[in-house]
Amino acid sequence: MIVLEHVNKVYENGFHALKDINLEFKKGEITVLIGPSGCGKSTTMKLINALNTPSSGRVLIDGKDISRLNPVELRRNIGYVIQSVGLFPHMNIAKNAGVVPRLKKWDKDKIEQKVNQLLDMVGLDHTTYGTRYPSELSGGQQQRVGVVRALAADPDIILMDEPFSALDPISREQLQDELIRLQQELNKTIIFVTHDMDEAIKIADTIVLMKDGEVIQTGRPDTILRHPANDFVRDFIGSKRLQNESTYEIPLVDEVMITNPVTAFPSRGLAEAIKMMESKRVDSLLIVDRNRQLQGAVSIYRVLDQYGEEGKTVADVMHPVRYSVASGSTLAQAIEIMDSHQLSNLPVVDSNNRFLGLITRGSVVKHLAEVYPTIVPPEQNGEGE
Amino acid sequence: MESEHLTFADFLSYISRNQGLLWEYFLQHIMMVAIGLGLAFIVGVPLGILCSKSKWAAKIILFITNILQVVPSLAMLVVLMLWMGLGTTTVMVGLFLYSLNPITRNTYVGLQQVEASYLESGKGIGMSPFQLLVQVRFPLALTYIMSGLRIAAVIAIGVVTIAPLVGGGGLGREIYAGLNSNNSLRIFAGAIPAAVLAIVADVVLGILQRKMDLSKRKSDGAAPSAAKAQKPA
Ligand SMILES: Nc1ncnc2c1ncn2[C@@H]1O[C@H](COP(=O)(O)OP(=O)(O)OP(=O)(O)O)[C@@H](O)[C@H]1O
Ligand SMILES: [Mg+2]
Repeated sequence: MIVLEHVNKVYENGFHALKDINLEFKKGEITVLIGPSGCGKSTTMKLINALNTPSSGRVLIDGKDISRLNPVELRRNIGYVIQSVGLFPHMNIAKNAGVVPRLKKWDKDKIEQKVNQLLDMVGLDHTTYGTRYPSELSGGQQQRVGVVRALAADPDIILMDEPFSALDPISREQLQDELIRLQQELNKTIIFVTHDMDEAIKIADTIVLMKDGEVIQTGRPDTILRHPANDFVRDFIGSKRLQNESTYEIPLVDEVMITNPVTAFPSRGLAEAIKMMESKRVDSLLIVDRNRQLQGAVSIYRVLDQYGEEGKTVADVMHPVRYSVASGSTLAQAIEIMDSHQLSNLPVVDSNNRFLGLITRGSVVKHLAEVYPTIVPPEQNGEGE
Repeated sequence: MESEHLTFADFLSYISRNQGLLWEYFLQHIMMVAIGLGLAFIVGVPLGILCSKSKWAAKIILFITNILQVVPSLAMLVVLMLWMGLGTTTVMVGLFLYSLNPITRNTYVGLQQVEASYLESGKGIGMSPFQLLVQVRFPLALTYIMSGLRIAAVIAIGVVTIAPLVGGGGLGREIYAGLNSNNSLRIFAGAIPAAVLAIVADVVLGILQRKMDLSKRKSDGAAPSAAKAQKPA
């Protein structure tokens, strides 16, 4: 565990960059430092590998004050990934990846084995890429090597300063996914700096929100989204994201219902009703009057049953609709009604009881598929497993 | 003797008749340049490193080496001669002092221009200042250092032709002998090889300089192997 205790940082030019920072970075967690540019994220992170020293206060790793450790030794035991990657252009990929174990004077074979294993793990086949040079790799591939370099000497702690922010959106997503995957396997203590809230929400176990050298809020992503500490946090999260969060959790029936269900006036004859059901391929009709008041419903079976009696209208054979749900109700309420009364569909009505639309099982599934497209398993990834 | 009547054939026959002597001058020429440059390299590179360590050191060292280079070559050699006497050693010390500036300055510039991100990542992953110098900064400064050496070599090959004035050898002997006896054949026999030497040194060191630019290093035959690697996948 890493602890910052009453840390202040005043730069030589008198700038007070960090003001009484107290933080705990838990073992085996990804803690994301986030905040506007210049708020002191990098300054905070660099305290941990002694690239920065506090003007006052202490930095403790597993209870040890790091000001008593040899900074060069300390850094070899902490992985470090930066935005500009900083792979050495004159060393090939294998050399770059193995640079920290070499500094630690590991055995050559052991280094090679470790490097090859890690390169393969991040999707860079070591026989293809090991002998290439950084200029021969894409930005995303280079940063993968940057991550391998940080992992190679098996440090418990890894610092990542906006590691993915220079990448195109697709590579960024991929690397975020990979980081999450790696972390499940490796369980490192990771401190990750970003100013991208989506990235933070995606990868963080804990988010630390900073502003002007101070910590504004610390907590699980979910907690911060649900209970932003103040307007700054709310603004920083973005009203869009807050709203999305709430609507995704509890969509309203109005978003889910089909707005053009098949309806018929009460005066329709049975033959007409069958014709309509046939052409719209439905097994029931909702009967509404000219004021769009819901009168009842007929199923195909009822109509066929009474078909012989000419002159009968749907009003004669319909059954009353006992359940409906008001516009503005949540989908959860609708589903609960459908569930407890074994309904295959549920009309939505406005405050004047006018018919607006229909919730069906199909419409619920369709809505979920739109909101959570990822629950549909991707087809291509099958063979890699 | 009238130069108009001389032909290229005369020149060749002069050279072949005096092959032994000219060859000796040529080797002396090269040797003086090589030793002068070698010394300048051995001293100049550490001086350049020193410059990169402290701003004050840089100011003082570059000021001095700059002055050394600005002094006219003849004046420098004469002053050295007064102090060290006639002879080849005086010439080589002169060349050494002369070459110090381009090598020191280029080493300094080369070390300074290394991108900050390499330095930050080097320091951040736990390189000591010395390891950072040897493993990162120096390799990435090599092309600059080579460029300094190249400038110094071309200057030195020219300057060393005045060596005979302070008792040194080399192709300058032939040139001055030609001047004294008003024999253009001898002047050419000294000047042409000196000029060719300068051009060759410039070209060869230029190639080396480009080879040592490691900032965009590529694996050998990268393009075809990359193409091959993609196909089977
Ligand atoms: N060496 C320094 N000397 C003086 N001031 C500095 C120094 N380094 C950083 N600062 C200042 O300290 C503040 C915090 O810098 P820091 O790099 O930690 O910001 P950051 O949160 O990482 O911002 P960004 O998102 O832009 O990277 C900034 O206002 C910056 O100008
Ligand atoms: Mg920063």
